[in-house]
Amino acid sequence: MVQKECWKCNIRKRLRFDTHEQLPYHPLRAERKVISLMNEYHVIGKRLPRIDAKEKVRGQAHYTDDLKLPGMLCGMILRSPFAHAGILKIDASRALKVPGVKAVITGDDTIKAKYGVISRSPKFVDEYALAVDRVRFIGEEVAAVAAADPDAALEALDLIQVDYEELPAVFDPDEALKPGAPQIHDHAPGNMSREFHLKQGDVEKGFLESDLVREDTFTTQSAIHAYLEPHAALAEWDMSGRLTLHTSTQTPYYVQQHLALTLGINPDRVRVIKPYVGGGFGGKSDGMAALDFCAALLARKTGKPVKLVYSRDEEFTAARRKHPVTITMKTGVKKDGTLVARQCKAFLDGGAYCSLGPLTTVLVGTFQTLPYRIPNYQYDGYRIYTNKPPCGAMRGHGGPQAHFAQDVQLDMIAEELGIDPVQMALRNGLRTGERSAAGFNIISSGFAECVRKVAEDTKLKEKKSYRKSDRGKVYGIGLGCGGFPSGAGFYFTNTTSAHSSVIIRAGEGGGVSVLTGASDIGQGSDSIICQIVAEVLGLGLEDIRITSADTAMTPPDMGTYSSRVTVAAGNAALKAAHAAREEIFRVVAKKMEANPEDLVAADRRIFVKGSPEALMSFEDAVNLYQTENEGAPLVVKGSYNSPDKMSPTYSFGAYVAEVEVDLRTGEVQVQRITAGHDCGQPLNPMSVEGQVEGCMVMGMGYALSENLSFEGGQTLNPSFLGYRAPAANQSPEIVVHHIVGHDPEGPFGAKETGEGSLDPVTPAIANAIYNAVGVRIKDLPITPEKILREMKKKAKGHEKETD
Amino acid sequence: MKKKLIELQVNGEVYSLAVKPNDTLLDALRDHLGLVGTKEGCSVGECGACTVLANGRPVLSCLTLALDATGVQITTIEGVSQGEALDPIQQAFVDHGAVQCGFCTPGMILTAKELLTNQKRPSVAQIKESISGNFCRCTGYTKIVEAIEAASKEQGA
Repeated sequence: MVQKECWKCNIRKRLRFDTHEQLPYHPLRAERKVISLMNEYHVIGKRLPRIDAKEKVRGQAHYTDDLKLPGMLCGMILRSPFAHAGILKIDASRALKVPGVKAVITGDDTIKAKYGVISRSPKFVDEYALAVDRVRFIGEEVAAVAAADPDAALEALDLIQVDYEELPAVFDPDEALKPGAPQIHDHAPGNMSREFHLKQGDVEKGFLESDLVREDTFTTQSAIHAYLEPHAALAEWDMSGRLTLHTSTQTPYYVQQHLALTLGINPDRVRVIKPYVGGGFGGKSDGMAALDFCAALLARKTGKPVKLVYSRDEEFTAARRKHPVTITMKTGVKKDGTLVARQCKAFLDGGAYCSLGPLTTVLVGTFQTLPYRIPNYQYDGYRIYTNKPPCGAMRGHGGPQAHFAQDVQLDMIAEELGIDPVQMALRNGLRTGERSAAGFNIISSGFAECVRKVAEDTKLKEKKSYRKSDRGKVYGIGLGCGGFPSGAGFYFTNTTSAHSSVIIRAGEGGGVSVLTGASDIGQGSDSIICQIVAEVLGLGLEDIRITSADTAMTPPDMGTYSSRVTVAAGNAALKAAHAAREEIFRVVAKKMEANPEDLVAADRRIFVKGSPEALMSFEDAVNLYQTENEGAPLVVKGSYNSPDKMSPTYSFGAYVAEVEVDLRTGEVQVQRITAGHDCGQPLNPMSVEGQVEGCMVMGMGYALSENLSFEGGQTLNPSFLGYRAPAANQSPEIVVHHIVGHDPEGPFGAKETGEGSLDPVTPAIANAIYNAVGVRIKDLPITPEKILREMKKKAKGHEKETD
Repeated sequence: MKKKLIELQVNGEVYSLAVKPNDTLLDALRDHLGLVGTKEGCSVGECGACTVLANGRPVLSCLTLALDATGVQITTIEGVSQGEALDPIQQAFVDHGAVQCGFCTPGMILTAKELLTNQKRPSVAQIKESISGNFCRCTGYTKIVEAIEAASKEQGA
């Protein structure tokens, strides 16, 4: 049978993708080649196109708003026009008379259960799905309508009469902390949403031992994800009282929990399906969004499917965003640049509700303990409620704010000490086996290699003294560094579920199905999980079908946040794939009268090590498994929990930005960014580069232009052009160096890439601007106005000096 | 609002449909014809996700009234590939990792399609300029530019 199978196979025809074509073997050729193949990855580490790319380029990938159900109604949300007000009365009678309008819901139609993504403390569970008695920011959800078409829904929104009693509001965290300030929540006296304190060593003693101590204050702006696909949700109930919700989310399992809580039903009655998602960057990681709830409740009330889609205006005015933070950083160093002590105080402008902010308050303090060794460290973080839209997680989650402060200040210190920032980074960088001041255990660090690589490649030291100027434009170069956890080591809720689980099923035909709750939102995790499974089972990517995520079918998973999917879901997939291989090897070994340990899976076949003529196709092997198991399909599972409650492992990076500043206009053009990124073993280098490149341009926008402006709690620039996220013609040349390593914990040695790549970008650009024009802007974004103002100030000061 | 019967020529087919005077071409494509490959990212003409070709020229379908789209040949992303085979630009997007979340992809490909129809070997700067009305938040544009460049070389070869 084995022989026959081999004669039948047409290897050339069946090798379908590049990596296999490069493999110079045929099962009937020399044994040596089969053995050498075992030591080489077939799928891992290859620049493979993503499994969903074809559907996406053909316009066949369906996102939530592309879905339609028979009899579906259109939902819309009425939002508060006041930053702080009591709701006295809501009268929807006129709205309900509009032809086509089927239902209106308000807080009174709900069970008035509060929810919050971090449900471990009741203090953080501070939000109603629809406002009850009071609104706390402009844009807060007050009522929702379902109608046959958008025109009727819009008309109805206009006719819902809400009587408000305006209350004094507060928009600035400093003001909110003052005695007598308007109080936003009863549970939070003084508007203190969260405090977090961390102490390691003795900072006072550290400062005494330091040769130089610097204190600077940095401020960061209100930034927002600006993912391209607006939030959308489609809800439908069946006759047995079960809800199915398609939604654009990063965290289907949290959506399930929050919906169950706010609708007052058991979570097993809620099925959340994540279709294709058009980006999230943390903006869809809060669990339930108001529109999920409104779609569900409206659908229940009308007995019809209801779809809600946020307008871009709603996204910019009411959706979650990044925390503006004021960071005061005091750092003490030795003459040679060795870090001795750091004291950091951070005030986060939280907006009206918690969202993920209580965690952000922690992370601003902990993430800045990467990538450097800080022997004495103290952090005091405060998150303050204000009457603005709630701030939550955004890519990097507290890291970009802290790293901007950290690496700009270190650049200042290096200059003051007259030492090379590269040497300083190398001197202080965390090495394998060390522990950061916040307790991050570094099990693999390629930080020094990252720094050396980018410094060498960009000729950083040499170019720093260029001061090259051409037609009124000055050149500058700067370094920024970072490190980032590869996933949180804990759930936000109390649960018995593993952090990630993966189920693999194989049946007649030999096709393999992978079920995962990990959510691909565009970052490519589906492809990575398939690559891992394919590698272990000796299959091609096209042999694997993946379902992610559907809470009725896929096993629970924390979701896509904290850069966790590759390591956590990847490890779960790896375990499940090993379990599947073990089952298959067991039956094949018996049939072939071989030892299971001597079997190898490659190229859709199972071989016997040492006798390559003994082989069986994967398909036959699966059929054999079924025959041996009363026809039952092969179903296996694998789970993963971070062994460290902080994070399993950490990525590192060092980036160099090269800019040109126009002396007349203050305009900055980022010419090139060069990255050295240590994500261990890149599972798909093309995908890793995609993450790094995306971070670079997002970090550039954060450094130079992106900013939500407010007046009286009102967002003044709720549009893509008003917000000024970078367009293609502003994008720099990008060079990515993979610093390849092998992490002991990550699947095939891999670590994170998706968020850590953002942290070094902004300080690198800020330092490059200083190198060009000699002014430090410690307030993001670094706009032309600020540069010109500082340059003028500097010139005046200089004049005075020479006078 | 009273509906009006119009004929749209989309991807080589003629469709009759009744639209409201304020229905956009985007509404007509997505809601009436089920051509949901064209995406709605902002509905105010800023993000470029809804880009389609009208007589080969890129237009923002969210700013174009359906009533004004009669008498022109509309091409949407569904009409770019020839049967099973991908257009060289689509193939280049796949091969070069130019697709992440994919929401900007249809509009981006149609803009690139027009560029490469009128300019055989555009420079990197010209590619960046031509897609600067198509917003992408995932890729940093790098691999998109690489893909378009590769497709132009393929086309020139």
